[in-house]
Amino acid sequence: MNAGSPPATAQGTRTQCTGGLVADDFISFSKVTKDFGSLRVVEDLELDIAQGEFVSLLGPSGSGKTTLLMMLAGFETVTGGEIRLDGQRINDLPTYKRDMGVVFQNYALFPHMTAAKNVAFPLEMRGTPRAEVADRVARALEMVKLGPFAGRLPIQLSGGQQQRVALARALVFEPRVVLMDEPLGALDKQLREQMQLDIRELHHRLGLTIIFVTHDQDEALTMSDRIAVFNQGQIQQCAPPRHVYDSPANRFVAEFIGETNLLAGKVRAIDGRAITFALPDGSICRARGVPGLAPGAEALLSLRPERIGIGAADAAIDGPNIARGEIADIIYQGDHLRVVIDSSVGRLVAQLGRKDAEWTPGAKVAVSFDEADGWVIAP
Amino acid sequence: MKLARAIYAALIIFFLVAPLLVILPLAFTSSAFLTYPIPSFSLRWFEELVVRSVWSRAILNSLIIAGSTTVLATALGTLAALGLRSLGLGLRGQIQTLFLLPMVVPAVVLGVGMQAIFVRVGINSTYFSVIAAHTVIAIPFVLISVSGALAGIDPRVERAAESLGASPPRVFALVTLPLAMPGVLSGAALAFATSLDEVVLTLFVAGPNQRTLARQMFSSLRENISPAIASAAFIIIVGTVLVAAALLLLRRKRA
Ligand SMILES: Nc1ncnc2c1ncn2[C@@H]1O[C@H](COP(=O)(O)OP(=O)(O)O)[C@@H](O)[C@H]1O
Ligand SMILES: [Mg+2]
Repeated sequence: MNAGSPPATAQGTRTQCTGGLVADDFISFSKVTKDFGSLRVVEDLELDIAQGEFVSLLGPSGSGKTTLLMMLAGFETVTGGEIRLDGQRINDLPTYKRDMGVVFQNYALFPHMTAAKNVAFPLEMRGTPRAEVADRVARALEMVKLGPFAGRLPIQLSGGQQQRVALARALVFEPRVVLMDEPLGALDKQLREQMQLDIRELHHRLGLTIIFVTHDQDEALTMSDRIAVFNQGQIQQCAPPRHVYDSPANRFVAEFIGETNLLAGKVRAIDGRAITFALPDGSICRARGVPGLAPGAEALLSLRPERIGIGAADAAIDGPNIARGEIADIIYQGDHLRVVIDSSVGRLVAQLGRKDAEWTPGAKVAVSFDEADGWVIAP
Repeated sequence: MKLARAIYAALIIFFLVAPLLVILPLAFTSSAFLTYPIPSFSLRWFEELVVRSVWSRAILNSLIIAGSTTVLATALGTLAALGLRSLGLGLRGQIQTLFLLPMVVPAVVLGVGMQAIFVRVGINSTYFSVIAAHTVIAIPFVLISVSGALAGIDPRVERAAESLGASPPRVFALVTLPLAMPGVLSGAALAFATSLDEVVLTLFVAGPNQRTLARQMFSSLRENISPAIASAAFIIIVGTVLVAAALLLLRRKRA
């Protein structure tokens, strides 16, 4: 892990998520709750977003991401708490007055209008003069590389093209905020990655404030300034991608983002940022960890597969952060190898690059990790 | 197997249109009887429709009544469909069933009831009573047709419109209505056709001045079977086919 300052996270399931980048909050959710009948879908949620920020809402399906977005857009009422936009309370502001561009997962283009008409719609709603509409529509379509398709109806466009029309339509009127609900979910991998880069570039170029819902962690890691990790209607952690990955706030985040090895043990001692951790086999290792751990507490050590090193077992080295074991399996994954090791601290999965030394199943090995690469979290 | 299926389909189609094939040529008979063989081709029965005032009056009445019914039933049925759409799932089914009752209840029962009411209010045997009665039985067709079209509209498209700055009335005018239009139009066509060939209710609520084409055919059938009936049928059928064709064309242009 990089020795940056600890991210703005708290422990447990209820988490404060307050803007880490800029002081002034453009959008803020405070104690926002949403019930559908007796079902509580969002609970006491706190989230502040700065102007120009790209925030992803990442979480498993059904965790309340769409609901939160729909409350922000004004499609769903807020059961409790307050949403503010630019200092103004917007709980009861009708959708059409909120000035937010929304991109839906299924694009939601107007099927009876051409691409150009779709893009012109928000401008016409705002009474923009006709000549200016034509000009801005042309530029918006150019921006998403759809100039030649202006006259086509949505059904005459491919999925990716429809998506780009939806994007142009949501951006053409220069909204205060752009909301995207899994906008790339229906595209194939290649197109999705291309669109991720395109949206990222637009974000930088136009300085847009974007809230982007996804259940795809790679997408969130690629695109975001910050990621808010959702589970069961609560934000588990809200931090820049690297912090979410390297310094997960809790077990849910550690397991949801990327792959990890979790080893149960006890916190032995804490010295500043360094944590001494005791594994059940009696071995001791040193790592970093979330704030708020106490000596003697049960805890989990999270080890990312790519941070685990493998060496020959007969080397006479010994010390902390080293365990001995035997290779159980090696799985070829194209650009890397997954190595399953039965070690004295339990089963570990490590990831090796193609250029690393070759191993065969049954080989006796020593595994090790850097002090900065182990991350201790509450169980 | 394929052949068997084709033969079966052909037989069904034949069964459905056979009566038309029998009656339509008789519209052009020169004979005074509604029978085969046709001695020679003639337009005399069409002439009779135009010249004899009972028939021309009936045609005019049918157009007035069917036209008004279409407008009324389409407006009311569309509003009902929109209202039902915004209701919760549970209530929707029950109220929809209520709206569809006129389709299920025997026309005679409806006719007796309507006549009783109209007589009491003192408006029986007027254009209004006939149009009202026809509207009642035409609304279900509009309702079904428009509901179908509305069900096909993705609510997210309307939400998108609102998020792009369209107030609810504009969302309706610019998105919902245009997308529901094919359903509204076929509902209107069905309403027109329903009114055009409605006889039973008309017998109860219409006076001598509101004789419609269908009603006139019905009574002349009992009195003297003249080929004028075939000519009238020809007009009705051609009219209906034209309306249907126009709709199809319109729909294709939209798609
Ligand atoms: N209109 C609704 N009525 C009742 N329950 C709903 C409604 N919309 C969403 N839910 C429920 O709220 C939860 C969160 O849904 P959602 O916000 O769509 O999750 P996500 O977008 O994270 O997949 C789910 O359990 C879902 O079933
Ligand atoms: Mg969702």
